[in-house]
Amino acid sequence: MSTVEDRPTTATTGSPREGERRWVGRSVPRKEDPKLLAGRATFVGDVTLPGMLHGAVLRSPHAHARIVSIDTSAAEAIPGVAAVLTGAQAAELVNPMPAFCAEPVPQTAVAIERVRYPGEAVAIVAATDRYIAEDACAAIRVEYEVLPAVVDPEAAMAPDATRIHETLDSNVAFHRTLDFGDVEGDLARAHTVVRTRARWHRMGAQPMETAGAVASWDPFDKSMTVYSNSNFHNFLPWAFAGMLGVSTNRLRMIPCAVGGSFGSKHFITKVLAIAGALSKATGRPVQYLEDRVDNIAANDNVGCDRIYDAELALAEDGEMLGLTLRIIDDYGAYFQFAHGQHGNAMAQPTGPYRISSLRYDVSCVLTNKVQQGFFRGAGADPGNFVLERLVDKAAEQLGIDRAEIRRRNFIRPDQFPFKTPPGNVYDSGNYAAVLDKALELAGIDDWRAEQERLRAEGRYLGIGLATCQERTGYNASEWWFLYDNPPLPATSTPESVKMDVDAMGGVRVEVGCPLWGNSPETVVSQVVAEEFGIDPADVSVTYADSTTGAMSAGPGGSRLTIMLSGATRGAARTIRDKMIRIAAHAMEMDPADVECVDGTFRAKGAPGTSMSMADIGMRAHLFFHDTPEDESSGLVAVHTYDHPYSTPPSADRKDMGAFYPMVSHACHIPIVEVDPETGVVTLRAYYAVNDCGTVMNPTLVEGQIVGGIVQGIGAALMEEYRYGEDGALDTPTFREYLVPSMHEVPEIVVEHLETPSPFTEYGVKGAGEGGRLVAPTAIASAVDDALKPLGVWVDELPMTPERVVGMVTDAREGRP
Amino acid sequence: MSETTSTAAPEKVRVRLTVNGTSHDLLVEPRTLLADLLRGDLGLTGTHLGCEQGVCGSCTVLVDGTATRSCLVFAAQLDGATVRTVESLGGVDGSLHPIQRAFHENHGLQCGFCTPGMLMGTCELLERTTEPDPDDVREALGGNLCRCTGYQNIVKSVCAAGRALAAERNGAQV
Repeated sequence: MSTVEDRPTTATTGSPREGERRWVGRSVPRKEDPKLLAGRATFVGDVTLPGMLHGAVLRSPHAHARIVSIDTSAAEAIPGVAAVLTGAQAAELVNPMPAFCAEPVPQTAVAIERVRYPGEAVAIVAATDRYIAEDACAAIRVEYEVLPAVVDPEAAMAPDATRIHETLDSNVAFHRTLDFGDVEGDLARAHTVVRTRARWHRMGAQPMETAGAVASWDPFDKSMTVYSNSNFHNFLPWAFAGMLGVSTNRLRMIPCAVGGSFGSKHFITKVLAIAGALSKATGRPVQYLEDRVDNIAANDNVGCDRIYDAELALAEDGEMLGLTLRIIDDYGAYFQFAHGQHGNAMAQPTGPYRISSLRYDVSCVLTNKVQQGFFRGAGADPGNFVLERLVDKAAEQLGIDRAEIRRRNFIRPDQFPFKTPPGNVYDSGNYAAVLDKALELAGIDDWRAEQERLRAEGRYLGIGLATCQERTGYNASEWWFLYDNPPLPATSTPESVKMDVDAMGGVRVEVGCPLWGNSPETVVSQVVAEEFGIDPADVSVTYADSTTGAMSAGPGGSRLTIMLSGATRGAARTIRDKMIRIAAHAMEMDPADVECVDGTFRAKGAPGTSMSMADIGMRAHLFFHDTPEDESSGLVAVHTYDHPYSTPPSADRKDMGAFYPMVSHACHIPIVEVDPETGVVTLRAYYAVNDCGTVMNPTLVEGQIVGGIVQGIGAALMEEYRYGEDGALDTPTFREYLVPSMHEVPEIVVEHLETPSPFTEYGVKGAGEGGRLVAPTAIASAVDDALKPLGVWVDELPMTPERVVGMVTDAREGRP
Repeated sequence: MSETTSTAAPEKVRVRLTVNGTSHDLLVEPRTLLADLLRGDLGLTGTHLGCEQGVCGSCTVLVDGTATRSCLVFAAQLDGATVRTVESLGGVDGSLHPIQRAFHENHGLQCGFCTPGMLMGTCELLERTTEPDPDDVREALGGNLCRCTGYQNIVKSVCAAGRALAAERNGAQV
């Protein structure tokens, strides 16, 4: 069992104090921008190879059906069509998609014999252009025998429910109850137990660019080159190779610029398999780009889809004692990524509070819907929603101010590092200070006065409040550690960079991650600049393909700035130390007396004698005999930075270990106005105070937070996959699946508090998901506050106009 | 199965148009969309396709000065037209147009996929309204979707671009 004493020694020892930092913490202009602004970045849709064909996919209109027959002859006869493959034919070329630790739910990129969700691929085509490929799809004749669609996850759990997979004896793909601490005791000694049945509907990441791949099979050396917008080309290329039927050392995956992901493009296995199968079938490069319907209907876009029965046990004075969560999660038709979102949720289920016990009961249920993938928040998003709703309800029932009940229960600054009931450790924080700052920033008294004034006019203004955790720096152990078997050990989810200083002193860094809309070039350049005292503009950053062999899990789980800081600083220190040794040798000094300042190496405190980066670079590259003994030529370092603090779960799963210990925190205060007649919720203002440790680049962090908040506005008010009773997807395009536009966004004011992490380089924590992790529950609280005179209680998101009108009507008619 | 499926491609159409100052004389299929002509035949891949149904605005270009969704226009409709894409904005030396510079300075982009559409929509707006306020920007660009930025910095960028261009003009007049 892990204890907080297992934690690593403070990583920031020896680092410059904050006041001495020159580049870390500055709003360095973003280096990624110019090529994106000029339209010159290469996205996967921009890749063209000689002889390249274009793919298209025929999709099932039915949620659940047996494929009786497929006739592809008319499609094959169309001039320009090079290949038409059914699921069975594709399966001769590529293997089933990798099941990441999942129960045995077999899945192929193209359905065989049976379709299990609307939009599942039935046949794929390669042709000389996309128009012809789509003509060919339209000419394929498929005969279906429609089967009953399983749409309701609770009905799907019934023993006699239609089975989604005949290989499984139930639609419940996974069930587990985990108890941490004295749950029964806390429930028994509670003065009050507040309960809620909450519903978080399925939403999707919906990046502006869809997923895509260009696959090029070489039949002579049995190799494949793949351009794509997958994130895992340097993390799980071996798994993709297995699927593509290529030996692992003959798959080259080349990253492209990525038009947003928000979690949805980690794997993109379907797209890789479709392009790969078509390239193998034709012997030519094939580009397959999802269109918007492909992406919404069939990508791994979808986040959690949960029903919660939740209880919070409290003492009379509002002290939070225990939390129980019974969760039914609708996973859709497949279980490719297993229950990772519940492993993830183990990082912070009890939030920023001193809650000493937790029961986590989860059922992962299969239905006839597209499978869950990952979406910003990755399982912690509905967790924050439900916990904060319970806290508001407790405040109401116990007659305690909602800020005060939080203050009474916050983990105190002197309690860090704090071990939570499931075992994860929180590194640092000052939650009360964040709350106080947010209340001040929002000018809460003025808004209360405005609320009074408007109520007198019959208008409903609401002030929201939520104080939430953002676990950052993910560790992939969460994908499998809810299982006992196989007893996989913990991983460290590493990140690598390769750095070199050339003979003229130029610094180049090759990163293993792709450009996903975040800022790896800028962050890496800031760190190099910090370590060598050079200008970040002078650092060259490039993206490695999968053949360099350096592990990188890329962006995800709000990890990249933490991990790139560690990897880059490690490489920089290795090279800098070697340069110091070479400089000391040249200047006939002790290395301990040489320092690196402003890109020069000089005697400590004696700037008169110095060598430039180029002086040392040239020596290191060309003049081996003038370098110290035992030094090899060159200035190259590959540094792999492992997760700074992870411990394995205990065998009995009473302690899941530390796996997500860099924990940011935020307090959001949205101001809304609700029209109870139309159900329209309008954001009037939005205030957020965020603590993500040392802020690497304030402008970029604020960009992440504001972008996340606006996705949270979507989650709160608009975004939802809706299905008909027959299982048809009613939201297959942006006309039905609504994402926020400029019109839904108020002025968002963001401020920071900085509590550095003791576990990371420079004390940075992640900030990629916090906006979306907090905003939905904060806005729910605001709508609640607005409609309090009508007796409304929000326990379902999104709060579409129809739902708001329904809640108001139910409250007026006295229905629960 | 039907044996009468027509496989004869329709006759191509001659289109003469000017794109970013270069004139072209082309034969295109009647169904070729402007976006595909730009991205494919002309190699101008800065114009991006986000939804292919006119909702997202990523593919916005200027046709005779009017912001137009290139995924909703057939190339064959554009005989005699003048088209401007994002590639027309910056210099060949990598220098940025004042609108691009404003987006850079105000962090008005993250992944950059919707950005070319935003920039071309901004070009049109600033032709009509020299120094737009945030409401003008929301009115003009409210139909362009962005999933990264939360829009706040895009609005800021467009307002800043208006001010910068106005200052440039005023400076030129002095």
